[in-house]
Amino acid sequence: MAWTIYISFAGALLEALLPKDRHGLARWLALAVALAGLVIAVAAYAAGMGQGTTVIADALWVPSMGIHYKLAADGISRVLVLLTGLASVAGVLFSWNIELRTNQFFAFYLALIGGVYGVFLSFDLFLLFVFYEIAIVPKYFLIAIWGSTRREYGAMKLALYSFAGSAMVLIGLLAAYAASGSHSTTLADLAHAGLPVPMQMGLFPLVFVGFAILAGMWPFHTWAPTGHVAAPTAASMLLAGVVMKLGAYGCLRVAMGVFPRGLDPWGFSLLGLGSWRDVFALLAVVGIVYGALVALAQSDFKFVIGYSSVSHMGFVLLGLMTLNQIGLDGAVLQMFSHGVIAGLLFAIVGRIVYDRTHTRQLAELETMHLAKRLPFAAWAFVIAGIASMGLPGFSGFVAELQVLVGAWNARPWWTVAAGVGVIVGVAYTWRALQKAFFSDRLPTPDEHPKTGWHDLGAITWPEIAGVALLGISTIVVGLYPRILLDSIEPAVKALLAGGVQ
Amino acid sequence: MNYADLFRVTLPETVLEVAALLVLFADLGLLRKAALKTRVTAAAVLGTVGCAVAVWAVYYEGAAGLSFGHNLLLAAGGSAGVAQVGILVLTAITLLLLIDCEFTRNAGEYVAVMLMAAAGGLIIAAAQDLLVIFIGLELLSLGLYVLTAFAKKSGKSAEAAMKYYLFGGMSAAFLLFGFSYLYVLSGSTYLPRVIYGVNIAAFNGGTPLLCVALVMIAAGLGFKVTAVPFHLWAPDTYEGAPAPAAAFIASVSKVASFALFITVSYTALNYFRILIPEFSAPGSHSYVTLRAVSGRLHETLSFLSGWASVLIVLAVASMIFGNLAALAQSSVRRLLAYSAIAHAGYILLGLAYFSWTNVSAQAILYYILTYGLTTVGAFGVVSVVERATGSDRMDAFLGLQRRNPLLGAITLVLFLSLAGIPPLVGFWAKFNLFAAVLGTSHSSTALGLVALAIAMSAVSLYYYLQVLKRVYVMPAVEETLVRAHPVTMTVLLLIALAVVGMGCFPALLQGWIASFY
Repeated sequence: MAWTIYISFAGALLEALLPKDRHGLARWLALAVALAGLVIAVAAYAAGMGQGTTVIADALWVPSMGIHYKLAADGISRVLVLLTGLASVAGVLFSWNIELRTNQFFAFYLALIGGVYGVFLSFDLFLLFVFYEIAIVPKYFLIAIWGSTRREYGAMKLALYSFAGSAMVLIGLLAAYAASGSHSTTLADLAHAGLPVPMQMGLFPLVFVGFAILAGMWPFHTWAPTGHVAAPTAASMLLAGVVMKLGAYGCLRVAMGVFPRGLDPWGFSLLGLGSWRDVFALLAVVGIVYGALVALAQSDFKFVIGYSSVSHMGFVLLGLMTLNQIGLDGAVLQMFSHGVIAGLLFAIVGRIVYDRTHTRQLAELETMHLAKRLPFAAWAFVIAGIASMGLPGFSGFVAELQVLVGAWNARPWWTVAAGVGVIVGVAYTWRALQKAFFSDRLPTPDEHPKTGWHDLGAITWPEIAGVALLGISTIVVGLYPRILLDSIEPAVKALLAGGVQ
Repeated sequence: MNYADLFRVTLPETVLEVAALLVLFADLGLLRKAALKTRVTAAAVLGTVGCAVAVWAVYYEGAAGLSFGHNLLLAAGGSAGVAQVGILVLTAITLLLLIDCEFTRNAGEYVAVMLMAAAGGLIIAAAQDLLVIFIGLELLSLGLYVLTAFAKKSGKSAEAAMKYYLFGGMSAAFLLFGFSYLYVLSGSTYLPRVIYGVNIAAFNGGTPLLCVALVMIAAGLGFKVTAVPFHLWAPDTYEGAPAPAAAFIASVSKVASFALFITVSYTALNYFRILIPEFSAPGSHSYVTLRAVSGRLHETLSFLSGWASVLIVLAVASMIFGNLAALAQSSVRRLLAYSAIAHAGYILLGLAYFSWTNVSAQAILYYILTYGLTTVGAFGVVSVVERATGSDRMDAFLGLQRRNPLLGAITLVLFLSLAGIPPLVGFWAKFNLFAAVLGTSHSSTALGLVALAIAMSAVSLYYYLQVLKRVYVMPAVEETLVRAHPVTMTVLLLIALAVVGMGCFPALLQGWIASFY
């Protein structure tokens, strides 16, 4: 499984060394590398079914500081590695039309993927942090060079938010490392170091917020919509699909895993909030509702999806804060589900529609009658939209239901508030779907010239393959969620037993 | 003291001086009629060979220093040894980067002055006595003033040298003034005795004099390491000096000065153990007594507590001011100058929270050596770009990835390392340093200061990205290739590879540094 990391970085290096004008070669190489990663991820997933934590590599990296090069995988890691494999293959397929500096694009792309694999497989805190930061820099260049609307602004904002978040994480980690005095930085050793409770309470919010910035937690979410909109299609797919998961994964694995007592009640209550758990759950719920309401008011198609990501990631954070089995199961499943669905939505909006119509304004798309001219896009979006709304039969339903049940068990009013978010979610998806594809506005004569609409270009095979890959994943998980839950549940159970109460 | 010891301990300095004379002899004698290119190459190669021999000499001199009576004049091995090898290696690299330069016709003199300045650096790194420290500092500084002024056709170079010289002269005066107060308080120039005497004197009511002395010394030494508020010369000098000279100032001079800081901080903590070696075993009865006595001394102002507070003030000011001022720069050289100020701030924090053991010293050496290497590389890139475009403005870097892809990639690695992005070596240096600070003190002040430092290094990413944005993102204005001498490119590539390699295997350099203790 460690080979997913090495292959990606080797692929990135090879791409960087390729001659500039061999676009075809660069694409096929990237696809081969991404596919190899996916194959390894699937094989490892199948092989790891029913096993607990398996250690892949464990060597002393910096002996004087007790830093280990420790790669391992439990059920949660395997699911997210699988997601990364799916998203990376789909991302390459939807970047098939990149013509500008193709080899550099895929070099940055594969470096990002390698970093993401690394984060999901690291069981040493500093190794995890190293991979986490490796994933930040390529994002900046992917967006700034190949992006669209206000790309330099969006890219810089994203890089600074990410770096500010990781600075907070680094402060927390250094403090925990110094205080533990155990001279080891593996997650297990730090979690068992017995850090004093007040210290955990102080460091937990720092590290949690540091990671949650990247997970799009309200009110630190503002990088997400601008970043998604500015990014090229593949980068926004990765951003929403896996990079935001890095943040949520960090919250779960590091913040909650290393500082479990940080969630304890403060002993007093302020405005009805009695612990960090209440605070972050409140922020998650606000994120769910706020993201959905803002998405409802957007005129840019990609902003709709961008804000819907904020809303859906709110479910992940809410699931984490339920601190019970079903809620956490739902949170992890929602990470997978949102990764696939958001990837699909961004692919349709960014690649299939925008690259043909050159507009993302819903008002302009309304006049184009895309349902007739791009039926494939329309029906793909119907499927993705329904999945995103959380209708039964798709992965989003199972995940959000579990989070809501978990939230009900914890604090019923969280469920009520989040439920409002679900309903608004149906509304904004429906609105976007209707405006972009199924508008019933009659075309005026000059919009519909006698010669017919100009050709928007046929749907290419990479697009079909990418849509099929992501669409089938969400349906399979929706119809048979046990395929993922069987490996998530034991891992969550172990995590809960390990300290997070 | 006997002459065999003197010869053995000063062998590296002697080697450098002999090499300097040989370079002069070769350049002014044998090669007088040769083309400029040949003379530059010959001088640089001879100088590099001299540095290599001097590195051997550092290993040869062993771990016993040079003593006069009971007083150690020059240390050998330990922090001094690491810093000396670092100085020599960085000098050799700056010499190799010289091969491509054409700012002067007097290549021999330039290389000779550089080698002599490096010899001053070696003395500073080893000095244990106030007078030796001062001699070393002056030897280094005088060389640097000359190097800064060496581009005789450039008005900027002369201006930079004049500013540097005036500031330098003044801060040397401050330093000497501070030293004289220390002598008054302690009656000795041997550093451990000075600190012992000063502490006793402060205990007996000499505190005001100690405060004045500390502030004076901070002014004198703060100038050398570009600590705010003694940094004003740095941006102008970095901008006006010829690129190899600027690289030399930014790396070698910094390594030497921080080695001196390490000596002072280490001695301030361990003077008792140095003066009476048999007390040194931790856990022994006398060790416990020593801790208790030091604890009593902490209640009044001691050299250590005063020194630490001065360093904290300098560190905080440098971190904040350096990073914020760098945000506004449009010249890459000035940007590097302000970033140097910021980096000095991080290191000063490490010096303020200095550990009894060698952890802090090793972390600081790790930081300053890797920082010096990265900065030399960055100045190498700036100098190549300058020769091709005639400017060091950020816009001169536009589209560098098209005009010279390899140079673009090297810039990417070096600047990201300066920003402290893993897995490059700059990240490990910072992590190492901050971990040492937090390992030394569990106080919330220390944690707060480290948090400030990390927050400030998050700010620094912005301005480093401004350069990289021009290299990679923004379209090129010109499409002509940027060419560089093969030797320059090889050296820069090796530096970049070292930055990546040491980042992926941080234990290598740590192990090497630890092998000196």
